[in-house]
Amino acid sequence: MRSIATLVGFQVILASVPLSALADDRVSFNRDIRPLLSDRCVACHGPDDAKRAADLRLDVSEGELSPFHRRDGHDVIKPGDPDASELWKRITTDDHALQMPPLDSNKKPLNDSQKGLIRKWIQQGATIENFWSFQPLRPQESPWVKNGPEEVSRGESRIDQFVLAALEKKGMKPQPSADKRTLIRRVTLDLTGLPPTPEEIHAFEQDDTPDAYRRLVDRLISTPLYGEHMARYWLDLVRFADTNGMHHDHYRELSQYRDWVIRAFNANMPFDQFATYQLAGDLMENSTIDHQIASGYNRLHMVMDRGTNPPLESYTRNVVDQVSAFGTVFMGMTLECAVCHDHKYDPVKQRDFYQLFAFFNNIDGEPETPGRDQQPPILELASPEDASRLHELETKLIAFKKEIDQLKESLKDLASQGTVEKSSQEATKIQAAENNKAKEAEVAKQVKEKEEELGRLKGTRDEIKRRIPIALVMKERSDLRPAYILKRGAYDQPGEVVSRNTPAFLPPLKSSGDLKTRLDLARWVTDEENPLTARVTVNRIWQQLFGVGLVKTSHDFGAQGEYPSHPELLDDLANTFVESQWDIKSLVQSIVLSQTYQQSSRVSPEEYRADADNRMLARGSRIRLDSEVIRDQILAISGLLNKTMYGKSVKPPQPADLWKTVSMVSSSTYSFKEDTGDKIYRRSFYTFWKRAMPPPQMTIFDAPTRESCTSRRERTNTPVQALLMMNESQYFEAARLFAIQLLDSPGLSDTDRLRIAFESVTSHLPDADERANLQRGLDGFRSIYRDDLDSAKSMTSDLKLGSDAKRVEIAALTMVVNSLFNLDATKTRE
Amino acid sequence: MSDNLFEHYQRLQARRRFLNQTSVGLGAAVLGSLVANRTTAAQPDLPHFRPRANRVIFLFMGGAPSQLELYDYKPGLEAKYKLPLPDEVRSGQRVTAMTEGKEHLIQPSIFKFTQQGHCGRYMSELLPHLSTVVDDLCFIKSMRTEAINHDEGKTQMCTGSQVQGKPSLGAWLSYGLGSLNSNLPDFIVLNSAFWSGDQQNVQALYSRLWGTGFLPSKYQGVAFQSAGDPVLFLSNPTGVTRTSRSKMLELVTQLNHKHANDIGDPEIQTTIAQQEMAFRMQASVPELTDLSDEPDSVKKLYGPEVEKSGSFARNCLLARRMVERGVRFVQVFHRGWDHHSTLPTKLRGQCKDVDQPWAALIQDLKMRGMLEDTLVVCSGEFGRTVYCQGKQNATDYGRDHHPRCFTTWLAGGGIKGGIEHGRTDEYSYNIVDANGQPTTRFEDDAVHINDLNATILHQLGIDHRRLTFPYQGLDQRLTGVEEANVVKKILA
Repeated sequence: MRSIATLVGFQVILASVPLSALADDRVSFNRDIRPLLSDRCVACHGPDDAKRAADLRLDVSEGELSPFHRRDGHDVIKPGDPDASELWKRITTDDHALQMPPLDSNKKPLNDSQKGLIRKWIQQGATIENFWSFQPLRPQESPWVKNGPEEVSRGESRIDQFVLAALEKKGMKPQPSADKRTLIRRVTLDLTGLPPTPEEIHAFEQDDTPDAYRRLVDRLISTPLYGEHMARYWLDLVRFADTNGMHHDHYRELSQYRDWVIRAFNANMPFDQFATYQLAGDLMENSTIDHQIASGYNRLHMVMDRGTNPPLESYTRNVVDQVSAFGTVFMGMTLECAVCHDHKYDPVKQRDFYQLFAFFNNIDGEPETPGRDQQPPILELASPEDASRLHELETKLIAFKKEIDQLKESLKDLASQGTVEKSSQEATKIQAAENNKAKEAEVAKQVKEKEEELGRLKGTRDEIKRRIPIALVMKERSDLRPAYILKRGAYDQPGEVVSRNTPAFLPPLKSSGDLKTRLDLARWVTDEENPLTARVTVNRIWQQLFGVGLVKTSHDFGAQGEYPSHPELLDDLANTFVESQWDIKSLVQSIVLSQTYQQSSRVSPEEYRADADNRMLARGSRIRLDSEVIRDQILAISGLLNKTMYGKSVKPPQPADLWKTVSMVSSSTYSFKEDTGDKIYRRSFYTFWKRAMPPPQMTIFDAPTRESCTSRRERTNTPVQALLMMNESQYFEAARLFAIQLLDSPGLSDTDRLRIAFESVTSHLPDADERANLQRGLDGFRSIYRDDLDSAKSMTSDLKLGSDAKRVEIAALTMVVNSLFNLDATKTRE
Repeated sequence: MSDNLFEHYQRLQARRRFLNQTSVGLGAAVLGSLVANRTTAAQPDLPHFRPRANRVIFLFMGGAPSQLELYDYKPGLEAKYKLPLPDEVRSGQRVTAMTEGKEHLIQPSIFKFTQQGHCGRYMSELLPHLSTVVDDLCFIKSMRTEAINHDEGKTQMCTGSQVQGKPSLGAWLSYGLGSLNSNLPDFIVLNSAFWSGDQQNVQALYSRLWGTGFLPSKYQGVAFQSAGDPVLFLSNPTGVTRTSRSKMLELVTQLNHKHANDIGDPEIQTTIAQQEMAFRMQASVPELTDLSDEPDSVKKLYGPEVEKSGSFARNCLLARRMVERGVRFVQVFHRGWDHHSTLPTKLRGQCKDVDQPWAALIQDLKMRGMLEDTLVVCSGEFGRTVYCQGKQNATDYGRDHHPRCFTTWLAGGGIKGGIEHGRTDEYSYNIVDANGQPTTRFEDDAVHINDLNATILHQLGIDHRRLTFPYQGLDQRLTGVEEANVVKKILA
C-alpha cells in the first residue's frame, strides 16, 4: 500500500528528516529549519499579530520581535551557542511548564534528529534567511559535475547538470535511457494523452538517426491533441465545470472558454498573455472577442441560485472564491486563511486578502444564477448571417408589437364608446352598439392573427438564439464598489475600507492610472520581478511530466509548503521560462528532451521504496495515468475514439439514475440523457461535468469534483477502480470490438493476434514467458466458453455469426483483451 | 486493534463467508496477498483511548425536519397563534431571502405530544414507533449551525465546514481508523427513496457530502445504488461468468507479477491486491444486499417498505447488515424535509417513511447486542422557524429555515438513553441557558455541529484535536480551527 506510505507517512518522514539534510554538512535554514519552526512554533511565534505569544517571532531576524533581540538578559537564540539559547533549553527541557511546543498545543514534540538539526543550525550561526519563494529569481551557474556516467551526455542539458549534481552529492547514480518502446509510449502519453500506435512505434524503433527522439517530440507537440491534453490540467486548476455546483446545480455555458484554452496551448500562446487575457481580457485596450471569452476565467467559481441566500452573502462568496483561485492558480499560495484572520504561517495579512478582493469586486451582474437561464454578463457569438437575421426579426417584432398594441387600444376605445353611448337615444344606441360589435370582432380577429404571427416570429428568433453560441464573460461596472475588511470573514460585518493592492511582501504593483485595475493585477502577475508566477508555473509543468513537482506541494509555495528538492534547478527553469517570453512549448520540450526525463524506470523494489516519489530523480518516473487518459487509451486502441475537437460537453453512458439520486427535480441537470452516435466516443476531456455528481469513470480514478481549484491530483489504487476497469460498459465494448477486429484480419495465427493485442495495449512485444501465459490464457477461455456456450452466445447475442465456434473465439479473445486492459502497465506510463 | 475480539471474529466470519460462497475461488497464484494488509488501522496513534463505539450509522434527514412538530415540545405556543414573533427573540437573526422583510407570525405545532417510556419524555404523535424506543434515545435540543441554506448546511453537517473541499466525517474515520473488514468498503452511503408527495422542493445532495476533500480519495464513501449494481461497475458484463472472471484475474495476475519482477515498482502488488478485493466484493456485496436470509420477524420490524429496493426501511436494514459485517460508517440519506409550505401533509408523509425503520433499527441492533458499540445519529442540517411561511390556517402552514436551534437524536455507542440535552426558549427560536437567557455557549449546553462531531469521534476513541491532516498550511481537522468540545454530559 504505497499510497498510504506516500500520502501519510511521507509528511512524517519529511518532517523528521529533511530531504537532503543528512548528506549535507551545512544546515540550510530554508530547507531544514524553517519547516520545523513553521510546523511547531510559528502559529504562536509568527506573523499572526492577534495570536502572538511572548512578543516573539521565529521567522524574522531583525527588530524587537526577532529571537536575536535580548529580553531581560536572555537570548532566545545566541548564534554559535546553543546552550546559552533559551530556545534550545525550551525544546529540550523535561519541565512541562516550560517545554516547547507546549503540551496543550497538540503539536508533536521535536524528535532527537530534529533537535540535532536545530542545535547544529545555532552552532553554525543561526542565520534566518528570507523565505525562499518570495525572493527574486536568482540566476544560476550550471553546476560542475565530476563524473557523470556515460549514459548522461554532460553539458547537453542544464536540467541534467543540476540533477546529476544533486545525485553526486548523495552518492547516487542515474539510470540509463529507457528503451525506445518505453520512451515513445511515455512521451506520447505525456504530450498528447494518447498512446502511440504500433506503426508509430515501429517507425521510431527503426529510426536510427541521432535526432530521432527530438523529431518525435517535435511531431507530438505539434499535434492538436497536445493542446487538449495540456488544457485538461489547466481546467482542473481553474475548476472548470458544466454546472454551477450549488443548490439546483444548473447547467452553465462555458465551452467557448474551454475551446479558447485548447487553442491557446496549441498556438503556444506565451504564458504572460495566457494569464493576462484570463484575468483581465475584458479590460484590454481593443479587447477582442477572444479576450472576452478568456475572461470567462472569472466566471468559473461555484454559483448559488437566486432567492436562497441573502444576495450579498452569495456575492461575497463568489469574490472570496475568485481571490482564493487567484492565489492557487497564479501565486501557488493558499490565501483562504486570510479571509478571517492574518495568515498564521505566511506574511499574508487579512488586509492583503481584501485588497486583492477589491480587484474582483466589481462584476457588472447579479451574483446568483437566474434559474435555468444563463447568468449575465454574457457574450453572444452570432455568425454574421444569424446576426443580421436576428436584427431583422427583432425590428419586425417591435413593429408587430406596436401594431398589436395599437389594435388593442382601439379595441378598448370601441368598448368604452359602447358605455358612453348608453346615455344617448335608444334607437341610435342599438345601431351603434351593433356597429361597434362588428368592428370589435373585426379588430379582435386582426389582433389574433397578428399575435399568431408574432408567436411564429418569436419562435424563429428563439430558434436562432438557441443556436448562437454564448460565453459567460467578465465585465466591469462603471462605478466602483467599495471593499472592506470583513470581520472574521463575515459578509455582513464590514470593517475598514480598503483599496486595491497586492500583498506587501511581494514587489509592488505598477499602476497604469489613478485606479489600480484588474489588468494591472494581471500584468503584475507576469512582471519580471514577480518571484512566484514563473516558479509556480514551471513547477506544475514539471509535476505533470514527472508525477511530482520540484516543489511537491504545487498548490502551496508558502511556509507550510515543501522546500524544493532542487531549488537551483527550479530557479534556472523559471529564469529560462521568463527569458523565453514565457514559451510553454519550449519549456516542455526542454524537459522531455533531458536525459533526466528519458531515464529508465526499471530499478529494484528497494530503490522504489527508498524514494517512493522519485524526488531525487535517480530513475525515470512511473506514474499511474489520469482517468481521462486511461479511458481515451482504451477507446483509441479499439478504434472507437472520436477525435472531433471543441464544442459543448458530451455525455457518454454512465450507470442509471446517478443524477436523479442527488438532484432537485427542477434542476436542468436532473435526468441524465446519454448522447447518441459517435459523440459518446469523444475524448474524456469533453465529458459533461456535473459538479454534484461528476462522471464516476473519472472520479473513481481520482479526478477532482472541480468545485475548487486542484493543482495536483492524488493517485490512489482501490478495488472500485479494479471493478471499473473490468466491467465498465464502454471499456468492455472496446475489448470485444478489438477482439473482433483481430479475428477478422485475415491470415493471423493465435501468436500473431496475441502479439498485436499485447503490443497495441502496452506498446511492448511480449517475451517468451508472456507469450506462453497469453496462449494458456486464450486456451483456457476457449475451453471455458466451449463448455459454457450459453455465455459465449449471450456475450455475442447482438452479432450475426455463422457458427457457435466463432462465438467461442470472440468470447475467448475478448477476455484476453479485457485482461490486457486490466494490466497494471496499461494504466501506467513507465 | 488486533486485541479486539469482536473484530477478530468479524474478520474470521468475513473470510469464512467468502470462502464458502465463492464456489469458484481464485487460483493459487492469486490468493497470495489476501486480507493481511487490509484490516489495519490507518493512523498509528489511533485509537487515542478505548473506544465506546466501533461503528456509526448516521441517518441524515436532508432538507431539515421541523423540530417543532417532531421533537421540541412547546405547549405554550398555542396561545400565541398568529401573534408576531417579538423582535427581541429574533434579535438580528439573519433569515433567508424567502422570508426576509415579511411578517413573522407564530405557528404552533398542530401535532400532539404525549409522554412516553420510562423517561416520560414528550413525543410527537407523528412518531409512534420511535416513541417505543424513547428510553434508548438521547435528544440534543440545542443543536446549532451557522448555515441558513441547504447546500451550505448539509456540507457543514457532513464535513464540518460550509465551504466545499473538506473531508466528510466518514472519510475522516476511514482515514483515521482504517478498516474492520476485508471485503467491503469502510464507508458506505445509502441514498433513499422518499415520500413522493413533494417532488418539487426536494433539495439536492452532492457527492462532496461523502467525499474526501483534501484527504486521499480512497477514503471517500462508496455510494450504494438502489437500482442496478449496488456498487458501481460491480457486475460482470454479459457473458462474463464467475469462472471466466476468475480465469481472467489469474492471467492478469501472472502478467502483473512478471512485470513487477521486471520493473520493480511495489505499486504493482497493490494493484494485484485491489483486483483480488474487487473479485471478493463481487461475491460479498450481493450477499450483503440479498435479504433472503433475514427472518420474516426482522423484516416485519422494519415495515412493508423493506421489500422495496431503495426505500428508507430497506436501507436501514442494509445499514445494520453492513455494520454487522464490519463496515465502519454507514450514512443513510433521506430527502424531502424542506417544508416551506403544506408542512402538516408533507411531514405526515415523510414520517411514515422513517418512523418505523428508525425504531426497527434501534431494536434490531439491540436484539443483537450491537447497540452497545454502534452509535446511531439522526439529524437534519438545521431546524425550522417558529413563525409561519406562506399560507397559515388551522390545517395548513409552512416553516422557513432556522439555524439557531434544532434537534438531533443519538442512540447506542456509549450514549445515555432516555435523556434530553440543552434547552430552547418558549419559541424554540434560541438556545437558552439555565436562566432562560439566549446563549450559544457550550458551557450552557449549546451544541455546535463541531461539538457533535467531536463527540462522535470521542465515542470512537479519537481525540478530535489529534486527528489531523496537513493541508493548506494547517493541521486540518474535522472540527475546524475554533474550539470544539465533547458533550460529556450525554455519555453513559
